[in-house]
Amino acid sequence: MNRPSTVRYQYPKALSEIPLPIAQAGVLIDINSGFRTSRPVFDHEKCVGCMSCYAVCPEGTIYRGESGLQVDYDFCKGCGICAKECRFKAISMVPEEGENE
Amino acid sequence: MAENKKMTLNNLPEEELFFGHKACPGCGGSLTLRLVMKVLGPNTFVVVPANCMSAVSFYYPAMNFGCNALASAFPCTAATMSGIEAAARAKKLEDYTVVGFAGDGGTADIGLQALSGAIDRNDRIIYICYDNEAYMNTGVQESGLTPFGAKTTTSPAGKVQHGKLTHKKNLFDIITAHGIPYAATASVGYPQDLINKVAKAKACQGTSFLHIMAPCPTGWSVPIDSTVSVAKEAVECGLWYLAEYENGEYKLNKDPKEFTPVGDYIRKQGRFKHLNEDEIREIERQRDATWVRIHEKW
Ligand SMILES: Cc1ncc(C[n+]2csc(CCOP(=O)(O)OP(=O)(O)O)c2C)c(N)n1
Ligand code: SF4
Ligand SMILES: [Mg+2]
Repeated sequence: MNRPSTVRYQYPKALSEIPLPIAQAGVLIDINSGFRTSRPVFDHEKCVGCMSCYAVCPEGTIYRGESGLQVDYDFCKGCGICAKECRFKAISMVPEEGENE
Repeated sequence: MAENKKMTLNNLPEEELFFGHKACPGCGGSLTLRLVMKVLGPNTFVVVPANCMSAVSFYYPAMNFGCNALASAFPCTAATMSGIEAAARAKKLEDYTVVGFAGDGGTADIGLQALSGAIDRNDRIIYICYDNEAYMNTGVQESGLTPFGAKTTTSPAGKVQHGKLTHKKNLFDIITAHGIPYAATASVGYPQDLINKVAKAKACQGTSFLHIMAPCPTGWSVPIDSTVSVAKEAVECGLWYLAEYENGEYKLNKDPKEFTPVGDYIRKQGRFKHLNEDEIREIERQRDATWVRIHEKW
């Protein structure tokens, strides 16, 4: 993985704790998965590693893992572009169960 | 112009330099920024004026760029980049790139004057216009790059008016008329072509300009998974073209022998739902006129 990690934001209790109005590069204060109604799931048998899904992901959440391509579900918004653009039909969109965060 | 080592979808740097942003699912603008930042790398100064991409990535105290980035006022993307470039030169920095990401409104309407000035000075900056064909951040208003017939909140579709009354500005010609060192059009539907063009812009010693088609599912009323496919269809039906302008010469990167029907592209999008057959024929007529001009002139 080569992505910034999330630092949960601590709400300041005093004026002096408020960060400068200059944000540091790559600071993430929360995750995005509340956007999602369905999640991409890889069929590693069908995937040939062409990386088309990786190239079209607006979020940058697809990465090479130990057992093939993986998805960072903390930041995937479930748009489904990856599944639609995969020529080998190796990705299926599975509806999320229950309430989202 | 020095050729970079060829970047392909398989050897793109793994580092994500635009990550964790709050854009809508399936946003073409955010895909544009992510791909461009991969090619430019971390030694980049980024300027983003008021638009969706700054709204979704500079939400204090978060910052979704993995490098120096600045939110500028709406009309002055290019002027801000020129200032950063001058400062970097004064500090004798080496190996850096200055890039700006402005929307269609921020480029073809309100940012045009500053952009024209920067091209005139030939400052070494990369100006990127991600074109979602309306002012999306403020809730879909018509811009100079909104196409004929598209419904926006300021070009409504009703009994009196059927969406936008005028045509999409020919921005590429406006830019190339400056005699800019490098300009190109691209699309999120063709990521490899887009990457090649960003690499060329990075190597360019003067001003470079990229006009990138970046569909917005929210404003276009298309399903969130069709951003890339609808961008491809725009090229296949001839309503968008992939071209370059370099050393005074034009080049078409894709010259479709036959276009797919414009109606197929139009009918998939909610923003064109109200158009009748005559209006679709009018769009087709405009398309054909554009291609006659392209084939004659280039
Ligand atoms: C001088 C000025 N006028 C108006 C605005 C309000 N405003 C902020 S973003 C925006 C729309 C930007 O549209 P575009 O450049 O196409 O980018 P998009 O939001 O579509 O990505 C507008 C009108 C502003 N911030 N500054
Ligand atoms: S409104 Fe459109 S351009 Fe703006 S973040 Fe949403 S999808 Fe992207
Ligand atoms: Mg816009």
